[in-house]
Amino acid sequence: MSTQEQKATSQLESLARALLIPLLAVFTALVIGALLIIVTDDSVIAAFREGLGAGLSRSWSVIALAYGAFFTGAFGDVYHITETLRITTPYIFAGLAVALGFQGGLFNIGAEGQYFIGGLTTVYVGYSITGLPMIIHLPLALLAGMIGGGVWAGIVGFLKAKTGAHEVINTIMMNYIAIRLAEFLLDVGGPMARPGYRPVSPEIQPSAYLPQFFPSDPTIRFNVGFILALIAAIFIWWLLFKTTLGYEIRTVGQNPNAARYAGINVSKVIIVTMFISGTLAGLAASADILGVIHFMPNAFSAGYGFDAIALALLGNSHPAGVVLASLLFGALRAGATNMQGIAHIPVDITSILQGLIIIFIAAPAIIRAIYRLRGLEEGERLKLTRGWGQ
Amino acid sequence: MPPVLELKGITKRFPGVLANDHINLTLNEGEVLALLGENGAGKSTLMNVLYGLYTPEEGEIYVRGKKADIHGPNDAIALGIGMVHQHFMLVPVLTVAENVMLGMESVKHGFVLDREDAATKVRAISEKYGLEVDPNDLVGELPVGLQQRVEIIKLLYRSADILILDEPTAVLTPQEVEGLFEVVRSLVAQGKSVVFITHKLKEVLALADRVSVLRGGKVVGHADPKTSTERDLASLMVGREVILTVPKEPAQPKDVVLKVENLEVMGDRHRMAVRGISFEVRSGEIVGVAGVQGNGQTELVEALTGLRPVVNGKITLDGRDITHETPRVITETGSAHIPEDRQRDGLVLGYPIADNLILNTYYLPPIASGLVMHANVIAERAERLVEEYDVRTPSITTPAGNLSGGNQQKVIVARELSREVKLVIAAQPTRGLDVGSIEYIHSQLVRKRDEGAAVLVVSAELDEVLGLADRIMVMFEGEIMGIVPAEQATKENIGLLMAGVHPEAGKEAA
Amino acid sequence: MDDKATAKTRRALGMGITYLVFALLTWVLFVPGTTSEQLTTFTFNVTAGNLPPIPDLTFHTLTGIYLMVALAALAGVWQLTKGFKNVYLILGLVSVFFVLAFLAWAARDKSMNLTGMIGATLLSSIPITLAALSGVMCERSGVVNIGIEGMMLSGAFMSALIGSVTHSTWWGLIAAVLAGGLTAALLAVMAIKYQVDQIVAGTAINILTTGLTSYFSSRYLQTNGALNNPPTFDRISLPLLGKIPIVGPSLFNNTLVVYTAIVLVFLIYWLLFYTRWGLRTRAVGEHPRAADTLGINVFRMRYINVILGGMVAGLGGAYLVLSSVARFDELMTAGKGFIGLAAMIFGNWNPIGAFGASLIFGFADSLQTKLAILRVPIPSQFLLMAPYLVTMIVLAGVVGQSRPPAADGQPYEKE
Repeated sequence: MSTQEQKATSQLESLARALLIPLLAVFTALVIGALLIIVTDDSVIAAFREGLGAGLSRSWSVIALAYGAFFTGAFGDVYHITETLRITTPYIFAGLAVALGFQGGLFNIGAEGQYFIGGLTTVYVGYSITGLPMIIHLPLALLAGMIGGGVWAGIVGFLKAKTGAHEVINTIMMNYIAIRLAEFLLDVGGPMARPGYRPVSPEIQPSAYLPQFFPSDPTIRFNVGFILALIAAIFIWWLLFKTTLGYEIRTVGQNPNAARYAGINVSKVIIVTMFISGTLAGLAASADILGVIHFMPNAFSAGYGFDAIALALLGNSHPAGVVLASLLFGALRAGATNMQGIAHIPVDITSILQGLIIIFIAAPAIIRAIYRLRGLEEGERLKLTRGWGQ
Repeated sequence: MPPVLELKGITKRFPGVLANDHINLTLNEGEVLALLGENGAGKSTLMNVLYGLYTPEEGEIYVRGKKADIHGPNDAIALGIGMVHQHFMLVPVLTVAENVMLGMESVKHGFVLDREDAATKVRAISEKYGLEVDPNDLVGELPVGLQQRVEIIKLLYRSADILILDEPTAVLTPQEVEGLFEVVRSLVAQGKSVVFITHKLKEVLALADRVSVLRGGKVVGHADPKTSTERDLASLMVGREVILTVPKEPAQPKDVVLKVENLEVMGDRHRMAVRGISFEVRSGEIVGVAGVQGNGQTELVEALTGLRPVVNGKITLDGRDITHETPRVITETGSAHIPEDRQRDGLVLGYPIADNLILNTYYLPPIASGLVMHANVIAERAERLVEEYDVRTPSITTPAGNLSGGNQQKVIVARELSREVKLVIAAQPTRGLDVGSIEYIHSQLVRKRDEGAAVLVVSAELDEVLGLADRIMVMFEGEIMGIVPAEQATKENIGLLMAGVHPEAGKEAA
Repeated sequence: MDDKATAKTRRALGMGITYLVFALLTWVLFVPGTTSEQLTTFTFNVTAGNLPPIPDLTFHTLTGIYLMVALAALAGVWQLTKGFKNVYLILGLVSVFFVLAFLAWAARDKSMNLTGMIGATLLSSIPITLAALSGVMCERSGVVNIGIEGMMLSGAFMSALIGSVTHSTWWGLIAAVLAGGLTAALLAVMAIKYQVDQIVAGTAINILTTGLTSYFSSRYLQTNGALNNPPTFDRISLPLLGKIPIVGPSLFNNTLVVYTAIVLVFLIYWLLFYTRWGLRTRAVGEHPRAADTLGINVFRMRYINVILGGMVAGLGGAYLVLSSVARFDELMTAGKGFIGLAAMIFGNWNPIGAFGASLIFGFADSLQTKLAILRVPIPSQFLLMAPYLVTMIVLAGVVGQSRPPAADGQPYEKE
């Protein structure tokens, strides 16, 4: 074998290794989900009373119906595929936000709050400025979302760098402050509420809309935001692995002592990392507002903060992994809606699957024990935080 | 009467290291046995075996003539064995009495703490053995000397009669050391038996009834302190094997590159670790810093490289005042740093070798232009350096963490010595490495010297300093004991300086 | 030693200045908008309890505000010249002065029922208190618990389900405590056995329990109303205590869960600082290796604490159902677990401190409903934000210091 071939096979091998645990984690979660569906299905329980065979066959048909509905809901036709991709869009942004933090050794548990603030700034620019051409207005609105989310996260980075205050607690606090702030601004009669009796912002100008891919069919909400998300993923990949700033971020994340030794300004890197992480969370809000809903409601978020953590973990904090994980979660969410409609299985099954996936990814020892895997990087352990202290 | 404690054929292996090699040792009742040896001689390992923290592969332990099975601290405590660890095992936010009773609490009604009772017991022990300390003080607010007393009280509270003190004087001031000695004497006078682990010869002579010397994991000899001199003990401790020779020409020192004046640096425990030292390193010479670990060398290196703030004094590198500069400025001024703890500071273990080779130059052309890093430049550079510095690795994309210690160190050496530098600071550059790597790294340091760099090598290995340095500077308790030209340096005179003894004074005493 | 002394004087100075800032703020915020004729009335009567009526307290608003300014300023001057012994206690007092001035201002030309306010504050603070206590128990032993929310949610769900099925508040309560403990056991296994990053483990628990409770809720509780109709605990008026004017009816006429929560605050405090279990718990959270060398089983202590902490969180979930709304709603904890976490930090990992912080958070919560009624021109959202802001300020060490157990969040490995 030539060295190049060797390199290629070793790369393939490491790729397979990297994918093995996540794939098994997802698979195991789906199996447990299936079991849950079976045991909570009255018809299955009735069938088992008749006999084992009847029970098993009924179980199978229930699962087939559920996961079948799930699959068509995610990929069944153009509408469902585009809907999956639409839901995927903010997931990519939010997942990238948390993944970038992880790369820098920071646990940004506050994507939710940054999403709210990004939503506020983006919608404000979206509705308050009139008469601009799209080529200026749309980028401006996106930029506003980035800055809103970025500053919100940057404050936490600053506090961490200057006082050592742990980012997990502070981002949680900032989440609630952001939610209250949005409530105040969007409350009926609030400074950013539209006239009338709904606690929502005014509609944004059409010049700030993210263009639709199928403008002729208004039910299809798939828009340019998805492309922006992919660009963001590529950009973050480039930033992390091809630039000096990315090198600094990763070095601080992996070994702050070595970073200090190397002359890297660790405080600065922490602040910058949090800022960029926040801009991505803000963009998730921009994608939802400028691409889909075109205004900002008071109760806005769909729990992106925690989903984003799951995405980053599942994607191993790598932008490509985050995109794949987001596609999976987008499909889960789109499929679950259909599954509820057809098979009457509550959409909350997605949260159960997500929780299980995180557990299996975070404790690969469980997966190894289930599948009797051996020799797979034993001592390897996910370690992101060092308690509340420093 | 059988000895209080007898170790027979204790053998303990760690991956790649034989830490204890069939060690036999006896401790008699009412005596102080000094266990003497350099860093890494296997003293602490042996005592951790005795305390049940490590399980030996071979060997037996007899306590008061009976074979003992020790699987954990609880077993050791039950046998009356107590240990004061080198790093204190105290909970700073708890009081003295709470720390003492932890795990064997004074309680009423089954589970309610009886602090009065504990305090009374602590006071009783204090008085009996002259260990004055207030049971109600918070341990974290006590000076180190008193914290050590709390550790000793902990043992006595558990009625230990075999006391192991692991390097107890390493963190103490001379006055505190004197206080400790009095305590140990009073303990022995009341029938306790003490194992005193140390590498300081003076202490052995002042305190011990018998001495056993460890070197390279083996017991190499016993001595009677009453009839021995520091010189005898020093030669036993460091051995007489051939000094590792490093092929090199005589040095040709030129201009002063590094100038240190009255440097004072604070240690981690809020004690001055470097106490007003001054020295120079010239272009074309290797200055070796010898000394037992923990005498201020680590802090000195950190101050010189910008990783630790300087309290007082001045550091000049190539004519530029770098006293309060950042690591980056110091690196850019022309300093290379091979750090003491390569895995902690010197490498990012998860990074491929190629990325580790640019750790402090990643932002400079040609590696980067502006924000963009050039992967092909990094890869070419890595291929070249791996070749040039003989790093044994499957590829340049292998994570540094997967390399052997020797190859990890070669990565650092390649990174630091491939740059154009005026000063090389190498701290413990060959610790834990195989002979081949050691020779290679030594030859690279000599090459750098011959190219005109000033080289400062800090090492706890006396052989290394003797073999490598052109001048030898000995540090003891944050001060310079002496600077000896290589041709006048012997194991004996440097060993004595390391132990805080001036050879002349030693001669007079003998 | 010198560093410590200067840090001490600097903190003393900072505290004095803080008191003065409070005095100044009170002046600047409340004096300008108040005229000298305005009167404030505080009332103290509630319908419950058949107590003899207490006369209303009516005073000149401005006089009241000035009095509070003067008291806070006095505290500041005293601190700067003489110095108080317990600066945090005085800080609490000064904050109370500020709040009283604020209430006087808010109720100018109107009347406000203070007794009702005290009762509402206590009730809003109970779930936060229980969440905070759960956090204290886990983190004192060295395990970070951000899964409190999930543990409360499991407790709430099980108390509703089992309470409905058995028609018994007691079985509901027991089920909630067990559910909380079981959820915590999952955290314990992940954090202690598998050494999973504890924040990730807590997050996973939150997501998983959210999913499970919502799933089962929409599968069973929503389709079958009989499964979501638990009985509630009756209020018990404590003899004698319930008759104390003002505080009696609001504090001592509550359900068993409320009393249990308050007892737990002091019980856990006592257990932590006065018993063998507490000493060992704190040692394990601060310096596990030291505890290990003394023969204490670090893992066992941590398992016990985390599971007990989960049970307390489960009780918090039960409170929401069995002592409050009598049904389970999806996501009904609404972030109380996280507020509890903030209260724990604010209270410096001390049960009584955490209770105090929970009361403040509960006060902010009840105040905003009150102010809406009085139509005070302050958006209630800002009041609700205050606890989070204060927590961040405390965490940054600007005012006071909050110090976590030294080994909090670090998995312990034997050598």
